Amino acid sequence: MFEPKMEITLDELRHLISDRAYEGETMVLNMGPQHPSTHGVLRLILELDGEVVVSCIPDIGFLHTGIEKNMESKTFEQALVMTDRMDYLNNLGNNLCYCLAVEKLVDLDVPPRAQVIRVILAELQRIASHLVFLGTHGLDLGAQSIFLYCFREREVILDLFEMCSGARMMTSYIRPGGVWRDIPAGFEEAVRSFMQELPRRLDQYDALLTKNPLYLQRTRGISAITVDDAISIGLTGPLLRAAGMAFDLRKELPYSGYDAYDFDVPVGTSGDVYDRYLVRMEEMRQSLRIIDQALKKIPSGPFRSSNRKFVPPPRSELGRSMEAVIHHFKLWTEGYPAPKGSVFSVVESPRGELGCFLEGDGGPRPYRVHFRTPSFAAIQALPVMAPGHLVADLVGIISSLDPILGDVDR
Amino acid sequence: MTVLDLAVQTLHAELRESYLETITFRDQITAVIAPESILPAARLLKTSKNLDFNLLAALTAVDYWPENPRFSIVYQFYSMANKAMLGIRVPLPAEKPELDSIDSIYPNANGHEREVFDMFGITFSGSRDLRRILMPWDWEGHPLRKDYPLGEEEIQFSFNFDEINLRKHYARD
Repeated sequence: MFEPKMEITLDELRHLISDRAYEGETMVLNMGPQHPSTHGVLRLILELDGEVVVSCIPDIGFLHTGIEKNMESKTFEQALVMTDRMDYLNNLGNNLCYCLAVEKLVDLDVPPRAQVIRVILAELQRIASHLVFLGTHGLDLGAQSIFLYCFREREVILDLFEMCSGARMMTSYIRPGGVWRDIPAGFEEAVRSFMQELPRRLDQYDALLTKNPLYLQRTRGISAITVDDAISIGLTGPLLRAAGMAFDLRKELPYSGYDAYDFDVPVGTSGDVYDRYLVRMEEMRQSLRIIDQALKKIPSGPFRSSNRKFVPPPRSELGRSMEAVIHHFKLWTEGYPAPKGSVFSVVESPRGELGCFLEGDGGPRPYRVHFRTPSFAAIQALPVMAPGHLVADLVGIISSLDPILGDVDR
Repeated sequence: MTVLDLAVQTLHAELRESYLETITFRDQITAVIAPESILPAARLLKTSKNLDFNLLAALTAVDYWPENPRFSIVYQFYSMANKAMLGIRVPLPAEKPELDSIDSIYPNANGHEREVFDMFGITFSGSRDLRRILMPWDWEGHPLRKDYPLGEEEIQFSFNFDEINLRKHYARD
């Protein structure tokens, strides 16, 4: 029997910790991977001076599932289901990012109705994701009640997803060329009734936290960061906006017709934990504005491209048209070839810039897929953001980054 | 002239023969440069007032095994001032793939470089911290290389348990 070597000696982390750890002045402590406040399986190696963090070394990879490798052995359409499983609070956003890349690579059109449906769902997903952030963030800082309230609201959104895709989380609803099927009857009314309810609920959550002196003391001035530092360590999304830069990819590089919607980009001032919370609260309200505009202008027409070289024909055509049968057979057995070349698509996920690098080699499978995920960047920023704060505040910092470990490790 | 054309021109003028070619695919512009010029190119993109590519949006690699040059490192730089995304591609040989680290210019490159090192076995010289990041620290091989099998666990029945156990991969020290 071999004896597995379980520990890494300090020497291997020599360049990351201070000399005082060797003299026993500071303590090197393990936090996670089984720790409730790390939002999954994140391990942090902390060097502590008393209760103050001196250095923080994130250790990730516990949720590494090889999604990028697996996608290389599947056709473009099959590989879509894997994107659901990366950032499991932003399934539709991941679908969207991947589909935009595929559409760009094979030059596929998306009908206007599908664009609007995509926007509605992506914004609902943003609200759902921010609600989970709000709940778990409150829970981490000791505000227990808000967790249950937020998950109650999120449940309604998941029901909406179930209405249109049949699945609550792993939807695979957004497909290259449009969406899988049309939104069902009653969906718009269901979204509207949810939208009527949510602003009132958000005001209640505001009342629970925004002016709560306990919450203010735990969050204000914690982990403040300047815009330049935030950009240089790769922070995007709400984290960068909280620092004071109105950077939103929906405005910067509009996709899916986002330039036709009127919404504001909330911006913080100091980039601390409190500002990140405020920015996300405001983003939920702005998402409601976008959904409202989208519902008003949702056009009729096809929900998926009619380019039969890439999109399978509807069931009704199969009984009448030989060509439809051929397309159906070819698309589901072999898939469609993509030209040689690489594209990079970006979307604004609830956590920041989600990028998909996709390369085709002329065959029906992606030659290489890479996802630039916002949580990965956020975790890599921890060594910069954590030092100088108490261990108790570190919990708040992690949850304010809102990392999803499936998104970090892929 | 868009900022991307300007960036390509500036890079071409600065790097001269180590600027290899410009790929334009689906309105995305990618500049291909030789490995030794990545540091000057990155410094130019970041510090030039006209270009101002302040965000390293993505860094990854592609393996073209069995072709040579085998690897391509792909950078995506984003300029927030000009709202433009520029790709940089660096071909690398199969033997001893090595490249200068740009984490002194773009600090967030470190995490991505570690991932490329872990997944492709490409070393970044001058990196401040080059360790495996996703795979276990004692893992053998680099999973995203094309000659690395997709792999699955062999099923051990009672009659061949010991036989398979001998060649099965455990985390050994």
